[in-house]
Amino acid sequence: MTAVHPFAFEAPLPDSSGHFGRYGGRFVPEALIAALDELTVAYHAAKKDPDFLAEYDRLLRDYAGRPSRLYHARRLSEQAGAEIWLKREDLNHTGAHKICNVLGQALLTRRMGKKRVIAETGAGQHGVATATAAALFGLECVIYMGEVDTERQALNVARMELLGAKVVPVTTGSRTLKDALNEAFRDWVANVDSTHYVIGTAAGPHPFPALVRDLARVIGAETREQFDGLPDAVAACVGGGSNAIGMFHAFVPDPTVRLFGFEAGGDGADTPRHAATLTGGRPGVLHGARSYLLQDAEGQTIESHSISAGLDYPGVGPEHAWLRDTGRAEYRPVTDTAAMEAFKLLCATEGIIPAIESSHAVAGALSIVPELTAALGRPPRIAVCLSGRGDKDVSTAAHWFGLLHDQ
Amino acid sequence: MINKSLIGYLPAGFPTVDRGISAMLAMADAGVDLIEIGFPYSDPVMDGPVIQRASDIALAGGVRAADVFRTVEAVAATGTPAVVMLYWNLVEQYGVDAFARDLASAGGSGLITPDLIPEEAGEWLAASDRYNLNRIFLVAPSSTGERLAWTAQHCRGFVYATAVMGVTGARAESSTSAPTLVERLRKVTDLPIGVGLGVSTGEQAAEVASYADGVIVGSALVRCLLDADQPAGEAALRALVTELATATHSARES
Repeated sequence: MTAVHPFAFEAPLPDSSGHFGRYGGRFVPEALIAALDELTVAYHAAKKDPDFLAEYDRLLRDYAGRPSRLYHARRLSEQAGAEIWLKREDLNHTGAHKICNVLGQALLTRRMGKKRVIAETGAGQHGVATATAAALFGLECVIYMGEVDTERQALNVARMELLGAKVVPVTTGSRTLKDALNEAFRDWVANVDSTHYVIGTAAGPHPFPALVRDLARVIGAETREQFDGLPDAVAACVGGGSNAIGMFHAFVPDPTVRLFGFEAGGDGADTPRHAATLTGGRPGVLHGARSYLLQDAEGQTIESHSISAGLDYPGVGPEHAWLRDTGRAEYRPVTDTAAMEAFKLLCATEGIIPAIESSHAVAGALSIVPELTAALGRPPRIAVCLSGRGDKDVSTAAHWFGLLHDQ
Repeated sequence: MINKSLIGYLPAGFPTVDRGISAMLAMADAGVDLIEIGFPYSDPVMDGPVIQRASDIALAGGVRAADVFRTVEAVAATGTPAVVMLYWNLVEQYGVDAFARDLASAGGSGLITPDLIPEEAGEWLAASDRYNLNRIFLVAPSSTGERLAWTAQHCRGFVYATAVMGVTGARAESSTSAPTLVERLRKVTDLPIGVGLGVSTGEQAAEVASYADGVIVGSALVRCLLDADQPAGEAALRALVTELATATHSARES
C-alpha cells in the first residue's frame, strides 16, 4: 500500500482555522466551539497514533472488507467506447463508502470518552453505517432523518432500528436531509458533553470537512495503487461530496488526471427542481461552513430536488467549492433521467445494481467519453467511484421503470 | 446601555409584518427595555420549536429584509432600542456593509449573531465600527476562559450569555450554569451581560436579574401570539411583558 497512511496524510488545506481559500471555517453557535476544538485535537493526535491507525486498519480490513476492488467493467466499457473501471465501494460492509467515515469517527468518539453518537441521514446509508458502528462499539445512537426520506427509504429505517438505533423523523422545513442536519445540530448543542455528532459528509464546521475527507481518502489512495498507471479521469457523484473528495484527493497532485464531480440535476439544472449546488448555486453559509449553496436572493435556503435521497441536499462540502473555483475539478449536473438510464445500463451490462447516487457518476462518466476521446485521440480510461449498492433503491427504480403493475 | 433590563424577542413578519410591528410596539409600551427583532431564516439551528414555527409562518408570509428594516424603524421610533438577531448568511447575501448601512439608517442599534464567532467576523467588525453599531456575540457555558475573554473583547453593547446548553425555548427549571457563566464573564469584561434561553416567568426573570444586567426572553413571548388570535394574543403578550419587566426592574433597587 501507499507509503503514507491515507488517513495520516497531511494535506496543505484546510489552513489551521479550517479554511479552503474563502470556503469552510466555522459558522456555528459558540456553544459548539469547545467540542469542535476537542475533536480537532483528538483527530490530529489519532493521525500520529500507531495504535489508532492499526485498529482503524484492522476494522477496515476485517470488518468493512477493504481494500475494495477496482473492477474493469468490460461490457459497460464496450458500450461506452472507453475503458471504465469501477471502484467497488458498494462491496463494503453496509453497502457504501460511508462505513470508512463512521468507523473512524466511532474510534474518535471512544477516544474522546463519549458514549452517545448522533447522525443525520438522507438516503439512510450514513444512518445505517452510523448505527452499525454504534452497535459495534456499544454506543447509544440517535439518527435524524427527514420525514420525507423515512418514507422513501423505509427499509433503511428498519435496518437502523434492527441495529439498535433510534430513528427520529424530522418534520420541520422541507423534511429532508438539510432539516435532519438542523435537528442533529440542535441535539448536539444540548448534549455536546456526552455526544459526538458523526457528520456523514465532508461538510459542516471545521474540522469535519477535513476529517471526513481524510477518512474517505482511502478510496482514491487505493484506486491509485490498483490502477495500472494513471487514469485519464476519475468520476464521482457529489451531494455533500464525501465519496467524491475521497476519490479525488489522492489524484489532486496529478495534473494529467481530470477530476469530475457529477451533481444531481433533478429535472434539469436549468429548472427549479435540482440539487446541483456547484452548478446552480452561489457562495454562502449553511450548516457551519461557507461553500456553494442553493439560496434565494436574500440567502434563504432553497429546497433541492433529486430522485436520489443521498444527493438531495442544497449545500456541498467547502473543499469542492475550492476545487471548483480553482478549476482543479469540474462539476456537472446529471438529470434524474440520465442517472436512471445509467442505473439500468449497469444492471444490464454488468449485473451490478448501483445506488441511484452512484448512477449519477456512471451517467456522468459516459457523458464525458466523447470530449475526452477527442482531447486524447484515443478512448479514455476512466475510474468511476461506485459509491454504493442499489438494494435500497429497487422500489424507486421499479416505480420509475413501471415494473410495479398494481401501484 | 442596559441595567436590569428586559430584552424581548419577536421575529419580524410574524404573524404578519404589520401585526408583528403592532406586537412590538405593545411590548415597548408594556415596559420592555430593548427589542430583539428576529430576521426569520430557513435553517435556524439555534432555535427550538416555538421560534421555528413563528419563523416558518413569517417566511411563508414572504418576509424580506425590507420588512425587517421597516420593523426596526417602527420600533426605534418609539425610543426603545432595537437590535436584529439573525443567522449570518442573511447578512452575507445582503452584503455586510450594505446591511450595516441600512440597519443604521433604520435606527437599529446592532446585531445579535448566533452563528458567527469573532474569528469569522472580520467584515462585520469593520462595518459595525463604520456605522457605529453594537455587535453582540454569544458565549456559552462550554466556552473556555480564554474564549470568554476573546469573545467579550469583540462585543459592543452587551454580551449575550446563553444560560443553558441548548436551543431557544422556555424551560421549567432555572439554569444553574448561568450564574457561574456570568461570574466567569465578569472577570474578563466590564460590558453588561444579558442572559437568555429558557426564561418564561416573572420568577425566573427576577432570579436572572439578580446576577445579570439583562434578561432575554423569546419563546415565551412568541407563544403568546402563536396560541391566540390578534386581540387576545397581544393582550397576553402585554400581560407577560408587564410581569417580566416588573420582576426584572425590581432588581434595580436591591
